[in-house]
Amino acid sequence: MAESSKRTLFDKIWNSHVVDTLPDGTCVLYIDRHIIHEVTTPQAFEGLRAAHRPVRRPEATIAVVDHNIPTTDRSQGIDEPDSRLQIETFEANVAEFGVPYFPYTDPRQGIVHVIGPEQGMSLPGMTIVCGDSHTSTHGAMGALAFGIGTSEVEHVLATQTMLQKPSRNMRITVDGQVGPGVSGKDLILAIIGQIGAAGGTGHVIEYAGEAIRALDMAGRMTVCNMSIEAGARAGLIAPDEKTYAYIKGRPHAPHGEAFEQALAWWRTLPSDEGALYDREVHLDAATIAPMVTWGTSPEDVLAITGRVPLLESAADGAAREALARKFDYMGITPGTPLAEIGVDVVFIGSCTNSRIEDIRAAAAIARGRKVAPGVRALVVPGSGLVKQQAESEGLDRILTEAGFSWREAGCSMCIGMNPDKVAPGERCASTSNRNFEGRQGPGARTHLLSPAMAAAAAITGHLTDVREFL
Amino acid sequence: MQPFTKLTGVAAALPISNVDTDKIIPARFLKIITRAGLGKGLFDPLRYRPDGSEEPGFVLNREPYRHAKILIAHENFGCGSSREHAPWALMDFGISCVIAPSFGDIFFNNSMKNGLLPIRLPREICDLLMADAAQGDNARLTIDLHAQVVVRPNGEEIHFEMDPLRKHLLLNGLDDIGQTLQHAPAIDRYETARQAAQPWFPTTTLTDPAP
Ligand code: SF4
Repeated sequence: MAESSKRTLFDKIWNSHVVDTLPDGTCVLYIDRHIIHEVTTPQAFEGLRAAHRPVRRPEATIAVVDHNIPTTDRSQGIDEPDSRLQIETFEANVAEFGVPYFPYTDPRQGIVHVIGPEQGMSLPGMTIVCGDSHTSTHGAMGALAFGIGTSEVEHVLATQTMLQKPSRNMRITVDGQVGPGVSGKDLILAIIGQIGAAGGTGHVIEYAGEAIRALDMAGRMTVCNMSIEAGARAGLIAPDEKTYAYIKGRPHAPHGEAFEQALAWWRTLPSDEGALYDREVHLDAATIAPMVTWGTSPEDVLAITGRVPLLESAADGAAREALARKFDYMGITPGTPLAEIGVDVVFIGSCTNSRIEDIRAAAAIARGRKVAPGVRALVVPGSGLVKQQAESEGLDRILTEAGFSWREAGCSMCIGMNPDKVAPGERCASTSNRNFEGRQGPGARTHLLSPAMAAAAAITGHLTDVREFL
Repeated sequence: MQPFTKLTGVAAALPISNVDTDKIIPARFLKIITRAGLGKGLFDPLRYRPDGSEEPGFVLNREPYRHAKILIAHENFGCGSSREHAPWALMDFGISCVIAPSFGDIFFNNSMKNGLLPIRLPREICDLLMADAAQGDNARLTIDLHAQVVVRPNGEEIHFEMDPLRKHLLLNGLDDIGQTLQHAPAIDRYETARQAAQPWFPTTTLTDPAP
């Protein structure tokens, strides 16, 4: 068999979705699942209306609100006028175009990247898009999933396809087993630290190796979620028995005979032995410690046992200036041990870490302990169903007794678009995915870490090695 | 979409790498239902002080760069979110070309769908163009998309790579949807064949009970 006939997971999904190929190699790529939310769609629906175009396949589309909505009681509606307008516009649009919608009062409502897999709408071998860069999350199901802009949202609504050229293949293999206290979040932060925030640009990353296989589905979603933080538009993990067990019985997944048919196809998807990748990266899981970011790019990341870098570590004048700006923005002194950095706010949530497994990890640390005085800590489940599940396990009680605030599902403090914000100059230990300047609110300082690490920081009041709690 | 053919104007240098989309246009500006008016929030964290006054040191607050039509930056410009508000904000401010060694993938695509031309050139060339830009009003750059060249103030022409399909769409101001709808019969055929071969592919009906 010729080497070229061996295909990667990405190649297989891509090839099975090519509708047509243009002379220059651009493909018309069929899209199986389109998830839409309030922020990146109003202009797309406006475009459809102006051109008198319908939504080609409303039944392949699912609408939900997540970015703007408050996470406190919303039975009385939305206070903020601009958020309310955006949500009302969205609701009018999905009604007009006949797109299925989970309103914010529905328990199935949640963050776009939590509800897709949870509902069985995101399945192996699918192409999935959403007007949100963290769509890469769904790649954990063995799907090709990527974020798109508003023009592309309009394009998919109108044509159920994308115009795109294939990406390059990259494989990141994490060999061996992780130590205690090390989660999927630590793996992906370590990966970004190694390849950099642009390391995956132009590529689709396939995550492989023993440590990836050992992750549960939530951990795999966390890893794929932050592919975009490494510059890759999509990340994926080959489906296996864990994937199939996760899918089985979910409301929108195939059932009975249809499930068996689907399963037979899913089993053909993993990359062929000997398939070629344009780039290969290897990490040793045993060397990865709990990680935390210190700067304003996800690549500014170190083990919790480390120290803030020194100015002298900069390669040249421009890099030095950039580094000085990061120190200034973050309000940190070069050389400080990371574990000595105090926090004002702790946020456990976002499409990266708001699944039931994440909340269990946080509750395991919080159980019988108290949030440090002066620290504001909140836990925001990724969907109404995650919230229900956590409550049925009593996790909400453990967390609220420890002093955490327990909220309704939404994007919350991941993005400064709803009432949950970090105040200027405040420092937040956050399980979200971006530590950019101003991401959690103007002047907000963000340290990214895992749910267990975030819970530990809430208890001690400073960044903390969670292994001290185990 | 506005066609992009030839552009001559003041270029502003932003010698920063990893300029993310939250820096280009923070999330709080995204709560709009049109595309207009985003220019006022462009680069808000860099352009304004916490009290709302202008940061005098920032390049777009200085003459002649207030009127910049071209921006030159370092690696990975536009990384981060998928918000198309980033190119909308740049365009609304008056910038319709960004030159950098590399771009965030989604920003790159979004830009071209709005008539904003992202040009990839090596870091050394970007630094050279930044030096040109430092000469201010006396140093205008010209971008000729048809010829695929950036023309420096001294007349030197620098070639850049461009995807032929994107070039065609940009030069003619065509939107992708019209292009794709020419393939509607192929899309129909694909859907029919797939439905026959893999009927289990799910659809969404909201009659499904919550689990
Ligand atoms: S949780 Fe944050 S990153 Fe995820 S979809 Fe919401 S805003 Fe985007």
